[in-house]
Amino acid sequence: MTLPPDDPRTGATPRPDETSPDRDTVGNVPATTGAEPEVVEIRRGMFGEQDTGDTSGYNGLVRAVAMPSPSERPFGGDFDTVADALTGALARTGRTFGTAVEKTVVDRGEITFYVRRDAIVDTARVFRDDPDLRFELLSGVSGVHFPDEAGRELHAVYHLLSITHNRRVRLEVTAPDADPHIPSVVAVYPTADWHERETWDFFGIVFDGHPALTRIQMPDDWPGHPQRKDYPLGGIDVEYKGAVIPPPDTRRSYN
Amino acid sequence: MADETLNPSTTDPSTTDPSTTDLSTTDEPDLYGLPEDAYDEGRVFTAGGGDWDEIAEEASELGEERIVVNMGPQHPSTHGVLRLILELDGETVTEARCGIGYLHTGIEKQMEYRTWTQGVTLCTRMDYLMPLYQEVAYCLGVERLLGIQDQVPERVNVIRVLLMELNRVSSHVVALATGGLEIGALTVMTIGFRMRERVLKIFELITGLRMNHGFVRPGGLAQDLPPGALDMITDTMPDIYQDISDIEDLANENPLVRSRLVDVGYLDLTGCMSLGITGPPLRSTGLPHDLRRSQPYCGYEDYEFDVVTWDTCDAYGRLRIRVEEMRQSMRIVEQCVRKLRDMPAGPVMVADKKIAWPAQLTIGGDGMGNSLEHIREIMGQSMEALIHHFKLVTEGFRVPAGQVYQAVESPRGELAVHLVSDGGTKPYRAHFRDPSFVNLQAMAAMCEGGQVADVIVAVASLDPVLGGVDR
Amino acid sequence: MGIEEKVPSGFLLTTVEGLAGYMRRNSLWPATFGLACCAIEMMTTGGPKYDLGRFGMEVFRGSPRQADLMIVAGRVSQKMAPVLRQIYDQMVEPKWVLSMGVCASSGGMFNNYAIVQGVDHVVPVDIYLPGCPPRPEMLIYAILELHAEIQRMPLGVDRRRAAEAAERAALEAVPTSHMKGLLR
Repeated sequence: MTLPPDDPRTGATPRPDETSPDRDTVGNVPATTGAEPEVVEIRRGMFGEQDTGDTSGYNGLVRAVAMPSPSERPFGGDFDTVADALTGALARTGRTFGTAVEKTVVDRGEITFYVRRDAIVDTARVFRDDPDLRFELLSGVSGVHFPDEAGRELHAVYHLLSITHNRRVRLEVTAPDADPHIPSVVAVYPTADWHERETWDFFGIVFDGHPALTRIQMPDDWPGHPQRKDYPLGGIDVEYKGAVIPPPDTRRSYN
Repeated sequence: MADETLNPSTTDPSTTDPSTTDLSTTDEPDLYGLPEDAYDEGRVFTAGGGDWDEIAEEASELGEERIVVNMGPQHPSTHGVLRLILELDGETVTEARCGIGYLHTGIEKQMEYRTWTQGVTLCTRMDYLMPLYQEVAYCLGVERLLGIQDQVPERVNVIRVLLMELNRVSSHVVALATGGLEIGALTVMTIGFRMRERVLKIFELITGLRMNHGFVRPGGLAQDLPPGALDMITDTMPDIYQDISDIEDLANENPLVRSRLVDVGYLDLTGCMSLGITGPPLRSTGLPHDLRRSQPYCGYEDYEFDVVTWDTCDAYGRLRIRVEEMRQSMRIVEQCVRKLRDMPAGPVMVADKKIAWPAQLTIGGDGMGNSLEHIREIMGQSMEALIHHFKLVTEGFRVPAGQVYQAVESPRGELAVHLVSDGGTKPYRAHFRDPSFVNLQAMAAMCEGGQVADVIVAVASLDPVLGGVDR
Repeated sequence: MGIEEKVPSGFLLTTVEGLAGYMRRNSLWPATFGLACCAIEMMTTGGPKYDLGRFGMEVFRGSPRQADLMIVAGRVSQKMAPVLRQIYDQMVEPKWVLSMGVCASSGGMFNNYAIVQGVDHVVPVDIYLPGCPPRPEMLIYAILELHAEIQRMPLGVDRRRAAEAAERAALEAVPTSHMKGLLR
């Protein structure tokens, strides 16, 4: 999702500018394909805090946080084998690659399939059972929260490992904050049990179909989901003799 | 009083059955709970005090002959603060569940507020028996995000492997020592801890600390090996080998150990695959899955070592695997020492000054601080070096946006880190896939149907470390 | 507590204090409350190289009812805090608490939602031991300091007087946040 230059949210420099001499301040964009990078957030100010009356100019800094852009075929190496096998196997279950997978990102030597949430269970089953895929082991399910990516705030990330073919793949499912439901893959990979409980505990993603979705790390009656970005770090001020140092999330820090 | 504890609506809120607890003072639905008909475990009784005779009498009157026993979280034999909730029918365990989260530290969230380099000191304390593995996994992940994984000097990789394998020895020895302590083999404990002291002395010489080192940094290491380190390792190795032999003599063919460990905690390959188990429990089923072989990192493809498997899928197999893996680790340590002796002195950090941790610490007349050469350079010779030092320590380096998943073969299984970067100086999300967290799910499969005493042995054979489980 | 509480102040009381202190400190049995990394260092201190058995403390009692000293070794999470208090309550007087490590003393490096910022929020602590984790020698030093404290522990009337004096001193003392003007 890229912002057009006249989008009011962007202010001065909307797009990460790869020709800028100072790449550090204008969105370090890894060199992928020529496609537009996905902007998930716009950060303003060097130090995070706004409206401090700071006239140094650092407050005017605008940085677009841009995740690696989607990739087109051919992906290179083993990834094409995986994508072909996936397409074939999905076709046998009655889905096409396009209906199950929103986009594919190949970055840093890893492939990520962004799977639509209604298709995740079938896709996981296909990944586990198809002989050319055979991803027997689900390493883990975890969550990431992007509060500024409207409609796609909560991401659930599944990492699969194939011992037979010695490959790794990542599946990512998004859900909006307003409707944080994702079907559970416990029926396909029983190991997801505790992982999904932990993701529910920390992000509030409700996994439909999970046998016992309760809090696992936090106390059973804890309110809130701690690892969301809108949940404070929760520390206390450290008292020194005559001075107080606030906890790290309320201090000024580099944005 | 016993009546109150049996009445579900006034039960202590820490009961295991949330649907019978009414915490709200209004009629608002509990936003964080599932609908009441989602649970059907039957009536749950929480005994919160009162006379044991009365409670037992009432429980038996109601026709329930099963007792729910809580082992932990404070218990000498559960590896840390693990709560085992066992439903017993006599000596047989009919249902077993784990309650975890008693050591949850919020490290992953804390890492989001600390720079990439400071994250090392936080992630090191997750699984405190294998701190270097967390550091190496994290630093490898950061290096991949930065794209500098090929620029890391060779010396760094060899030292990382050396430290990791020594850590594998010290971690396995704690597993064996505490396992022995739990089944009553106290000498295994004393020999094990004596052996661990030898390894910790080596760590202290090289990294400065016995545990939770914070030594591996993104881009390399904090310091080079001090002079005399290789000699000390070479001198200590025969003692370590002797200690491994002592443990083997005490434990391997011991009839008591065999009678308590053989056929206990059985989990075959199907069970391991479905539960995501890796590490010694998976290798005890016979599958030689070791990430050091299949997806090598840090130059592991250049070392000669065997992947140790056993075929009995039980606790005894895992014991034999751990003992033998210690021998294989020492073999790798020997090869590392030989490589380091042959290798000329070189840098232990990447050449890119915008990422490389600048300072070299040394012990001076007034304590520990930056080495004088470094101070001379930044104060007298190079303005650029001063700026780099300042920016790296205060702001940290920026890592291009993206995500990466880096896995290493730790003593307990596959330890992996999922790092998401937003292009800033701090991790946007750092999630650790901890092997103990996943392996502990197998506890129920291993223990149900067995005896209570076997629960201890089964959990010990999985070797969970609750710091990693709870993070 | 016992008969030693009812001895009138004077030479007899000081003798009883000395004797009771000597007995108590030389067989102080710790309760196993190892939580995290500090627990491993605590186990090492009980091990062969840094032997706690020299001080009569090698028996780590599993049951808090049989223990005198609770070494809170490691970070105490919010979920664990009620359990910690329950174990402390189950211990029988006289009991002491040693908070081992920075996480137990003050929350350590984890200043966040999940960790209790110092176990003195939950149980009264007699001696704090910083370190991350503290070396076994440091733990032994802290235990020996505690032994000295136990040796000097007043009983009966003396104890009430000492408690009143301590309370008066604490009420008159300047709070830490008001101690200004030190950076001069």
